[in-house]
Amino acid sequence: MKARFMKTALVTALTLCAATSYAKQEVTVYTAFETDILAKYKNAFEQENPDIAIKWVRDSTGIMTAKLLAEKNNPRAEVVWGLAGSSMALLKSEGILKSYTPQGLGELNNALNDPQASQAWFGNDAYFNAICFNDIVAKQLNLPKPTSWDDLTKPIYKGHIAMPNPASSGTGYMQVSAWLQNMGEDSAWKYMQKLDTNIAHYTHSGSKPCVQAGMGEVAIGISMASRGAKLKTQGAPLSLITPKGIGWESEAVGLVKDSDAAKRVVDWSISKNANELYIEMYPVVAHKEVVSEMKNFPNVKQVMAKMDFARMGDERADVLNKWSDKFDSKSEPKS
Amino acid sequence: MSVISMSPPKPSQKPSVLNTLKKLSREQLILLLSLSIVALVLIIFVVAPLWAMLRSSVLDSDGVFVGLANFRHYFESASVWHSLTNTFTLGITVMLVVGSLAFFYAYALTRSCMPYKGLFKVLGMAPILAPSLLPAISLIYLFGTQGVAKEVLLGHSVYGFIGIALGLIFWTFPHALMILSTSLRTSDARLYESARALKMSPFKTFFIVTLPAAKYGLISTLIVIFTLVVCDFGVAKVIGGSYNVLATDIFKQVVGQQNFSMAAVTSLLLLLPALLAFVVDRWVQKKQQNLFDSRSVPYQPSPEPVRDGICFAYCAIISIAVLVVLGMAVYGSLVTFWPWNKALSFNNYNFAEMSTYGWSPFWNSIELASWTALLGTVLIFVGAYSMEKGRDFTPLRRFLQMLSVLPMAVPGMVLGLGYIFFFNDVNNPLNFLYGSMLLLVLNTLIHYYTVGHMTAIAALKQLPAELEASAASIKLPQYKLFWKVTLPVCLPAVFDIGAYLFINALTTTSAVVFLYSTDTIPASVSVLNMDDAGQTGSAAAMAVMIMIAAILAKLTHLLLDKLFEGSTQAWRKR
Amino acid sequence: MQTYLHIDNVIKQFGQFTALQQISFSIKQGEFVCFLGPSGCGKTTLLRSIAGLEPVTSGAIFQAGKEITHLPPEQRDFGIVFQSYALFPNLTVQDNIAIGLSNQGVAALECNQLVDKWLKMIGLQSEAYKYPNQLSGGQQQRVALARALALSPGLLLLDEPLSALDAKVRTHLREEICQLQRKLGITTVMVTHDQEEALAMADRIVVMNDGVIEQIGTPQEIYEKPASRFVADFVGTMNFIPTSMIDNNLMRIGEDLLSVPESLQELAISGCMFDLAVRPESLYFCAVEKANDLNNKDNSIAVNIESIEFQGAYCQVECRLWDDFSASSIYVNVPIREARKLNLSLQESRRIGFDNTQLHAYPSIRKAVKAVIAA
Repeated sequence: MKARFMKTALVTALTLCAATSYAKQEVTVYTAFETDILAKYKNAFEQENPDIAIKWVRDSTGIMTAKLLAEKNNPRAEVVWGLAGSSMALLKSEGILKSYTPQGLGELNNALNDPQASQAWFGNDAYFNAICFNDIVAKQLNLPKPTSWDDLTKPIYKGHIAMPNPASSGTGYMQVSAWLQNMGEDSAWKYMQKLDTNIAHYTHSGSKPCVQAGMGEVAIGISMASRGAKLKTQGAPLSLITPKGIGWESEAVGLVKDSDAAKRVVDWSISKNANELYIEMYPVVAHKEVVSEMKNFPNVKQVMAKMDFARMGDERADVLNKWSDKFDSKSEPKS
Repeated sequence: MSVISMSPPKPSQKPSVLNTLKKLSREQLILLLSLSIVALVLIIFVVAPLWAMLRSSVLDSDGVFVGLANFRHYFESASVWHSLTNTFTLGITVMLVVGSLAFFYAYALTRSCMPYKGLFKVLGMAPILAPSLLPAISLIYLFGTQGVAKEVLLGHSVYGFIGIALGLIFWTFPHALMILSTSLRTSDARLYESARALKMSPFKTFFIVTLPAAKYGLISTLIVIFTLVVCDFGVAKVIGGSYNVLATDIFKQVVGQQNFSMAAVTSLLLLLPALLAFVVDRWVQKKQQNLFDSRSVPYQPSPEPVRDGICFAYCAIISIAVLVVLGMAVYGSLVTFWPWNKALSFNNYNFAEMSTYGWSPFWNSIELASWTALLGTVLIFVGAYSMEKGRDFTPLRRFLQMLSVLPMAVPGMVLGLGYIFFFNDVNNPLNFLYGSMLLLVLNTLIHYYTVGHMTAIAALKQLPAELEASAASIKLPQYKLFWKVTLPVCLPAVFDIGAYLFINALTTTSAVVFLYSTDTIPASVSVLNMDDAGQTGSAAAMAVMIMIAAILAKLTHLLLDKLFEGSTQAWRKR
Repeated sequence: MQTYLHIDNVIKQFGQFTALQQISFSIKQGEFVCFLGPSGCGKTTLLRSIAGLEPVTSGAIFQAGKEITHLPPEQRDFGIVFQSYALFPNLTVQDNIAIGLSNQGVAALECNQLVDKWLKMIGLQSEAYKYPNQLSGGQQQRVALARALALSPGLLLLDEPLSALDAKVRTHLREEICQLQRKLGITTVMVTHDQEEALAMADRIVVMNDGVIEQIGTPQEIYEKPASRFVADFVGTMNFIPTSMIDNNLMRIGEDLLSVPESLQELAISGCMFDLAVRPESLYFCAVEKANDLNNKDNSIAVNIESIEFQGAYCQVECRLWDDFSASSIYVNVPIREARKLNLSLQESRRIGFDNTQLHAYPSIRKAVKAVIAA
């Protein structure tokens, strides 16, 4: 069995080598984009660049980041495309991403790009947090609609709020980081301390709090905005509230291998054509000229927190440790 | 493998090995080949990943050796102790509750003359056909904030200890029931006759005869339940709220933080109680065997209205509870949008609209289960046969027999994590397996290897030891004997192994959660993802689909058994 | 007759334990040889080595003039029958016998005829379509025998074939095996721990103990001239009576002085102590009137009768030396007709005499006396 398997693998490898040598040039792209859109992006790119073929390697953001870090000394990716900004910042600081100035950079909204000198990654789209507020449950419990982060610490909301555990979920960390960067460290920790008394439970996934708010399991969920919008479209009695300083992150592209083909992939990924594909999925994209109103999606541009993704990546371990020690050690959920 | 690697090119290189191989007869070569394959599989897919994990627990994220620093760091965190306490509280609570619930259920099934025994047996075993996430989802519908029966919990939240405990009690019940019924069924009627002769009251008989006889079965049950509870992460993730346990910690460290060294440390912590439990269980199993010998007379209960009535009522209550949990999941999957639109529809089964994966996770799972059952049954049975009935290479066979029971002691998540360490390593030539269906199949197969192996060994032991020698004396090659006698005789056991692997491959989450890729995502993982994504109804629907597939598999198993009974088992009739 | 099987210096070790120590002997064509010994003596290991089921550590085995030491079992020429029958449980009686034949490429028709022949030979024609599970133990063992013989092997190996059977079936099958063996003239080796079986069936017996051959000989030789104390003790019943030599002519048992018989003359060194070995049937009770004759002219010893066990054809009388209560029992078999005449009763003192031609002497094991030479 083993032997045949090895043989098949060998043959496949040989065929691949043969194919690339006299046909299309293949570029290996690591991504965390959802699967169903990968084929669309690949086709659109290959139509404009018939001599290059994209080979996707896809996994969730966490695993992809870990994989890239693990392959640091022997990178197999040529381009990273569609990975969270904080991960990109980490990859850059580890020296995995090459600095590069893609064509058409000027047409991008710079807020989504690598803020540091010798830019190495460029935003494709952004995703956001929001407060999912269940109107029906709120009415039953006589809860007023919160309008700011501070409202959430009012005693009336005690036991009605769910939020993702930042140690399990990138979404959760995104919000914690937004608080830390916008409120100032000390007041942010004080805020979380107060908020903690109102939290019903911390979930292991980023969209779960919104889901639970949608189902009425909790009244309020601090969670992924796009999930809330989807649930609202499905018929959940949700309001999406976006107080100032909402956590967000960009999904970005960066160069790992300094080859011409890889550069062309990066160039295309920030082009207007590509952004028009992103806008079908994401409410906010990098290209200044591409805008759309997603159904049920709150207007977030004004309330986006100021985010330093490099800092977000750097202090991650420390923040999570501190957070875990403060809040993760509660044995019983409060009811 | 060694045979292949040194074929034509340079035969002169290893003349001694080649000569030794040449000296072997064809029988011995076949045996050596099958033993080598099993050894290779077990070493690559059990030992190596575990070793990789052990190694990385003493390395930092850059791969530099840091000794026990990770462990020190780990134990400095206050949340660890909470996770540890939580895990053990949960383990012990569920263990005791399930132990006693299942004991009396098994007692009623084996020691009473109540009606509808067959039905109760089926209902008692039914939870094994569902993924562990199904009771968790069902409990949300039942006792969640919007649940239909939330008053039952007297204002306590189902999210947390209560939810995990209830979910795991439901899910581990059949495992306990299985061991306990076997252990109670094999009790010696002569002891009861003596008890009656001594004019002992039924109550006293229970404590003096029944309980001690089932002692080892009971210990074994408690250990199995404890291990299952400590290692499960699906239920805790769905309904655990902020109640952290070791298994969710591992998930947190891997998926949330990509902190693999820490995950490895947590895994080792999880591996320890599992290993300990495993050692105790092996010891207990050995003791158990001596209790019932060939002279014992199996106990046959006689009708006794009061006892039978109580047993019936008890079993009815448990069965109804099982039906309610399963029924609620089915109901939940049919509710259009819980809890705001309770109209019944099949909308949630329209996976193509609900998730990017559509129906593919379901078919992936079927593919995974089929390959696991097929490859697993062949590997396990041929492996067990070679170990049990082979004549030569005794040291190798002994070694493999020890290795074959190891997978049972490794929690699924730990195994999965070990696979990441081992197969995701760029320098590993087997790296190409990572993310492939084959790796999922092998991982699942290994995860459930031991139970299958022990089933096969038990079946093989029933055949006389001298069968192979007899066949050799009449010049019947061993493979022909295997094909004409051993396999047909052991066919029910082979089907058992296949069904066991198939059903568990459908329902497992823990081992595969780190290993799937977008093309290979199994249904059980998609239940988890859809539940995360807010498609709770679809998650329930997918869980129900898994259960339906498992039921169909079980029915196919029974059908196959019946189909081959005439041609392979006729000889059993006296 | 020529040698068919030759075992040359075979040694078998299991780790530290030596199961066979330099075993050498030959078996002639058509001979029926029994390996006899207590469990753990190595007899089964030796049989399995001959079959190739157990590789030998060193030494060589020759069958029909060809060395077979390292051949795997399937390349050797033998049929084997085990205590556990080891029939193929899911095959009918007929198929059990036929499977070896058809595997060897025997045509279906011929195969059927052969199976019929064997079924007739073992008297199980009417059971041809039954499964082994539906047969009695004796019937199953006969099927196993037919299966082993169907390929007409040169050598038949029997590994305690009768041990799992009832006493009656056992004697019956014992005769059948002997008849079959004689009829086919097949060289046969049987392992048994039952000395009665070995005595009744074998042409020659190989008595083994602790991995060593103690004696090889015909049943009669083994029984009447045991080569060692072990053989004397293991085969049949043997009384060991502590005896001391007084001078060339006299020896003493208990308080009785006896003249030294012809066969023990070579031991006649004064002061030498040994055990006089004599079988129960070689002892007899002296007539009552002579019992009181203090001169002890016919070499008898005084004993006390402890118990009398009725055995049907004879009585087994347990006696003890008249004045030594610590001495072990002496058993005397008295044919029933004689017993009636003797009118023995419990606790009675009698004298017993010896059949002087059937006496042996072995070193005493109670007191280590090195001067004694084995007979």
